Order: sequence, then C-alpha cells, then structure tokens
Amino acid sequence: MKSLNTQHFFEYKILINVLLTLLALTGITVIASYIDLGKMNVWIALFIASIKGSFILFFFMHMKYEGRVLVLSFLGTVFFLGIMISFTFWDVGFR
Amino acid sequence: MEVVNSFFVTPSSSRLKGIWSWLLTTDHKRIGLMYLYSILFWFLLAVLLGGFIRLELMFPGETFISPEVYNSLFTLHGVIMIFLFIIPALPAVFGNFFLPIQIGTDDVFFPKLNLLSWYLYMAGGIIAVISLFSDGFPDTGWTFYVPFSISTNTNVSTAVFAAFVLGMASMLTGLNFITTIHRMRKKNMGWMQIPLFTWSLYATSWVQLLATPVVSITLLLVMIERYIGVGLFDPAKGGDPILYQHLFWMYSHPAVYIMILPGMGVISEIIPVFSRKSIFGYKAIVASSMAIAVAGSLVWAHHMYTSGMSDTAVFVFSLLTFVVAIPSAIKVFSWVATLYKGSIQMAPPLFLSLCFIYLFSVGGLTGLVLGAAGTDIYVHDTHFVVAHFHFTMFGGTGFAFFAALYYWWPKMFGRMYDFKKAYIGAILLTGGFMFHYVPMFILGLQGMPRRYFDYLPQYAKGNFFAGFGAAFMIIGIFLLVINLLLTLRKPMDASSDPWGGTTLEWQTPSPPPLHNFVKEPVVLDYPYDFTGVVKKYAKNTKGE
Amino acid sequence: MSSPSDESGKKLGMWLFLYTEIILFGGLFVLYAVYFARYTSDFIEGGKELNRLFGVANTIILLISSFSVAASITAIQKKEKKRAMAGIVAALLCGLVFLVNKFFEWSHKIDLGIFPNSEKLLDGPPGQNIFFGLYFVITGLHGIHIILGMTLLFISLVYVQRNRTNHERFALLENSGLYWHLVDLIWIFIFPLFYLVI
Repeated sequence: MKSLNTQHFFEYKILINVLLTLLALTGITVIASYIDLGKMNVWIALFIASIKGSFILFFFMHMKYEGRVLVLSFLGTVFFLGIMISFTFWDVGFR
Repeated sequence: MEVVNSFFVTPSSSRLKGIWSWLLTTDHKRIGLMYLYSILFWFLLAVLLGGFIRLELMFPGETFISPEVYNSLFTLHGVIMIFLFIIPALPAVFGNFFLPIQIGTDDVFFPKLNLLSWYLYMAGGIIAVISLFSDGFPDTGWTFYVPFSISTNTNVSTAVFAAFVLGMASMLTGLNFITTIHRMRKKNMGWMQIPLFTWSLYATSWVQLLATPVVSITLLLVMIERYIGVGLFDPAKGGDPILYQHLFWMYSHPAVYIMILPGMGVISEIIPVFSRKSIFGYKAIVASSMAIAVAGSLVWAHHMYTSGMSDTAVFVFSLLTFVVAIPSAIKVFSWVATLYKGSIQMAPPLFLSLCFIYLFSVGGLTGLVLGAAGTDIYVHDTHFVVAHFHFTMFGGTGFAFFAALYYWWPKMFGRMYDFKKAYIGAILLTGGFMFHYVPMFILGLQGMPRRYFDYLPQYAKGNFFAGFGAAFMIIGIFLLVINLLLTLRKPMDASSDPWGGTTLEWQTPSPPPLHNFVKEPVVLDYPYDFTGVVKKYAKNTKGE
Repeated sequence: MSSPSDESGKKLGMWLFLYTEIILFGGLFVLYAVYFARYTSDFIEGGKELNRLFGVANTIILLISSFSVAASITAIQKKEKKRAMAGIVAALLCGLVFLVNKFFEWSHKIDLGIFPNSEKLLDGPPGQNIFFGLYFVITGLHGIHIILGMTLLFISLVYVQRNRTNHERFALLENSGLYWHLVDLIWIFIFPLFYLVI
C-alpha cells in the first residue's frame, strides 16, 4: 500500500509551460487541418489530441505521481474503449 | 467471548432513532439488509409474474390474459429480474454485508455513497412501478430494441429511465467496492490472502464500473430519440439500428458476468467449508475471475448473429465466445476437485451449491450451442435461448443467491434454520426447475419462438409440462424463503462459527457488532487452511 | 480502517468515477467512428458549417481554466489561500464564458434551421443529419458536464473560503479539479472531431 497522503505538486512555472505547450498544440492541430490529406487528417488530429490529453493527464491531473493502480486502471479503461470502437468495425467494416 | 450488542441494537450514529436508524444508516450491514428486503420483494414479485406467463402458455390460445398484458408481463418479468434482482442481488446484499468483514475492516470506503446507492436503487424501482401505471408498461422486452422501443406508444421512456438510475446505483456500488478492497484491507492481508468471494466481487466491480456507462448512454439515446427524434438509430434519417444492438450488448453481455461472477464466488466459499478441505486451485480461480471479466467484454456481438451484421463479425465473435468458456470451466473443475477426497458434511448450503454446479454446467454447455454461429442461427430467439439463460441465470445466480442466504443467514441474523424444510424446498426447487426448463430446450429445438403469446398445437405438451414444473418450482422458492423467515420468531441461537469456516466473518459473533469485530481477527497465511477447523472438531467429538 | 485522512483513497474513488464518464462518452464516440467511416464526405461538409473561431476560442478557454484549477491545487498545498481561490474563480469564469459561447453557437445553428429533427436536416443528405445530430448530442452532454464541474468547483470554493479545505485536507478540491480536467480532456477530442474535419 502507498502512503496515505501524497503531497506532490507542480510549481507554477511548470504549469505555465504546460499551458503554453497545450496552446501551441492547439495551433498546430488547427493548421494541420488546413492541409488536405484525406482520411489521414483525422488520425493526425486524434494523434495531436492524444498528446494534448497526455499533457493534461500527466501534469494537470498529477498522473506522473500516481501509483501503479491508477496508471494501469486508466490504461485498462482506454483499452476497453478501444475494444468498443474497434470490435464494432468487425461488423460495420465488413458489411 | 464477552457479550456485545449486535449491529441490530447499535445504530451507526447514536442520534438516529427508530426507523431513521435504518433509513439514514451508513452501516454497511444495515444497508445490506435493506437491500435484502427490497430485493426479495422484487424477486418474489417477478417470480409470480413469470408464473403467470407460464400459466398463460400452459394451454394454446388465450387462457386468462390478453396478448397486450402478456407482452407487458414478460417485459416486466425481464426488467425486474435483470435490473432489480440478479444484477444487484449478490453484490448489494452479501457484498455489502460481507466484503468489509472478509477483509477485516469496519465499513466500506464511502459509507454515505453506499447509502446513496441504496436510494438510487429504490428510486429506480419506484420509477419502474410508475411507468406501469402511466400509458401502460413497455411491451418491448427488457432489451428495448429500436426501432420498436422508439415507435411504440407504451411508456418506454420512464422504464428506460428507471434502468438508467439502477445502472447508476450499480456503478457506485462497484466504485465503492474497488476502493474498499484497495485501501481498507487489514494491513497483513496480501492480495493472495483475500477470500474468493471478495475476489469475485473485485472482478465484478470492474465490469460494473466499465460496462454500465455504455448502457446508460444507450438508454439516454433511446429517450432522446423518443423526445427529440435525432435519428441516430433510424435508417430513414441516416442512422443504423444495428448500432443500438452493439451498444446495448456492449453492456449487457458483460452484465451477465456481473450476475454470475459473485455467484461463483459464493460457491467457492461454500464448497471448501463443507468439504473440510482447502479449495483446489485458489490462484486459478482468482485468475479465471479476472479472465472472465476481461474476456466477457470482448464477445458482445454473439447476441446478434441474425441481426444482419457482417459475416466476418459473426465469425470473429463466435470464435471469441468459445474462449470465455475456458475460465468458467476452470472454476467448475476446481470445485469438483475440491470435493474429491474431502470430508463432506451435507448441509443445505452445500446441497444448493451442488445443484448450482450441475445446473450451471448445463447452462454453460448449452451456451456453446448458442455461441457457435451455425447452430445459433437455427435456434436463435426460440425457447432454447430462454431455457439456456434461465439455466445460467437462475440455475446459476439464483441458486447461488439461495446458497448464500442459507450459508450466511446464521451470521446475518444469528439464528439457525430448519434443515428438513430447507432440503424439501431445495429438492422441490431443483426438481421443478428441471421440469420447467428442460421442456423448453426441446420446444426450442422444435422451433417454438420466444416471447410469443400463442403457439401451434404440436408445442402444447411441452408447454403444459413446463407450466407444471413452474408450479413446483414456485412452491419450492416460497418454502425456502418462508423457512428462513420463520427463524425470526426464535431467539438468537447461532454460534459464531456454525459451519467451521476459515474466512474472517466466522471470527466475529453472529450477528456481528457495529464495528464488525470484538477482537482483532487473525488473517490466515492461506485463506482456506482448514487444519485449525479440523483440530477443533476432533477435540469436540472427543470431549463428548 | 476508514480514516478521514486517506486522501489517496478518495482520489482513487474519483478516478474510478472518471472512468465511467470516459466510457459514457465512449459510447457516443463509437457512433461517431462508425458514422464517420460511412458518411465521410457528409461529415466534412458538416464540419465546414461549424464556426472554427468558436471552437478554437472554447478550446483555449477550457485550457486556461484547466491551468488555473491546477494552479489553485498547487496554491492550496503551498498554503496560499488567496491564490487558490483566485484560481477557482478564474476557472468558474472560463466555464461561464464557454457556456455563453456555446449558447450563441447553438442559437445561430438553430436560426439557420439546423437542429435535431429540423426539416432542413431531414431533407438534406442523411449523413449531415447524423453529423449534426451527434454534434448536438455530444456537445449537449458535454455542456451538462461543464455545469456539473462548475457546481463542484463552486462547492470547493466555499470550502476553501471557510478553511474546511486546506493544505492538509484538499481531496475535495483535488477531485473537483480532476473532474474539471476530464471535461477539458473530452473537449480536446470533441474539438478536432467536429470543428476540424476536412
């Protein structure tokens, strides 16, 4: 078992840097959307969104300091979400 | 042991008096009992509704109810049995009562949230009743398939909302249990020292947590479609009705494991105690619980072979379905292996557990008939399916529920029941059960569809037998319940450990005090080590 | 034993709740994925009708609000009560601006005759009806979550003000923050899927 109280926090400076990164990534994803790459656009947009999401998870949501339980269970949830979407395509992708 | 007041006498907060000491309690044991009373009420009601269905079907043509009432009856029977009985039955009653005790703590992690879950559960039940008396109860069946659930004039929205609220109750219970198991185990209890019932609840809770939101959003979408008509499932507006079925079964297939896993946990507790022998394959049972939880969420579309989805999907999901059978089989073999060369002591809980193993095995094996796409297309939506899921759900979870009641009743209420009536009830229940559902297998193979009000003359004999069996079964159920209720008139007489169990709940008085333990319980290195129990019993027989 | 100081346990409970929220939206993303694959060109047409400016503005607003909540959690641990409160208030204001933006965006669409079950959508290509149907359902559900998150943040604000949330016990603020970040996280995926489809 982990210690009862986790007194971890990020300094303001780090948080501001994270915010600036997130804003920059928002800019990049908007610019990327103007380049027409067909269906690839969606994957690129989702990829950038995932990077932004990871920043929020790691820094704003303190995932960086969390134990194994939270990391694994979060990955499990994402995995289950992935199953939900991908397995549906066994059907709709082959109709 | 010194005399201590049980939790029946001590309210969770001294300010609470009378009825409020129950309605506002945060004591997990009182909440568990409140669940027990409400769940028993819904169960017996739905049993009677099911009895009416079978009575109507005993003779061809209209016997005593109209087709519309019949449609509502089977929907109501399904909705109550699924959402108000089987899903909450074992986790909410016995999980609430025994999970904290089995891990040696005094309550669940979020006691107030626990009470909120009970209120959500009651609210869900009440909303379901309200839908009954306004515009007629839905005639869609418990699956609420579109497009019918969107176009029918009966009150689907209210019933669907009831299921939504019940889903929230179930989710919060799961959340509470996972947090409790992670944060509140006794300091020296490692993961491989957790009793198997608690382990099965842990696996169940994850499924409750991750699968239930899918049905929440699906049911919300049904309501949105009924009120606004976005058209997400309406082909005329560009939607796809089969996607509803995908979303629905994404929850509802894992939900069958929410129903059966805690039942398997109960059986894993009972079998070793009455065999006086350590459970065979503790780690394999733990692993198979988790494997069922994971694999169970990969196979939802095997309910949809005839829905018009792609052949590739039929192939993939059929293949995956067979994988789920493996962990269930591991458990069955482990139970049987535990009995082998054990020192078996027959008692009603063990008797019910043995019936469970037999009935559940039949249910599981006929599940493979349905899981294989080739045979499923032949028997899909026939009485074969009805018989199959009643064998697993009722023969499985229902019997586990009774086994748990008979196993833990002395602990919960401090009173021992009459064995003779229990055996008679259990035999009536099992015998009636076979008479009731085996004809349905045959009817299904002969092609009688489910949910039909009337049938061709060649199905008359089978339906008559089924109705006949139903009568015995219902008598058995009521006998089992009444036998327990009769004990409430006696003074408390049960010892703290009437069966010779090894898990922590047997180290506290029956019924337990408010904070569960009088003295600190001792956690065994291995939770099913019976050497102490065997010694104790040997000494007792010598002394007499 | 349940001690009130087990902040990690409370946080675990909150994360478990967040998982249910992820899956709740996940069900809608399943629909999005399937319909996007089926009606790609209609989705692109639909995406062009949404105002990117609103989308970008709302994304920036939510990112800033997430930052200020994160900053207020740092502040409470550093015993800087004033800063902590300022952070929450800033996040609340951002949430409000977000909702106002959303209101204008929706009413503009409704003025144009684009709303669920509208004649314009029913007469148009089915894919666009689905696109806007999903748009209203998903952003609507997200809007409800913004309101819930703001309620939680407001309660935390009161608790901080009354010193019931302090540098030793800040699970409530931290959990409200987690909820708020999740709402932001979901928006980060909604934004490109609806406003930036090309």
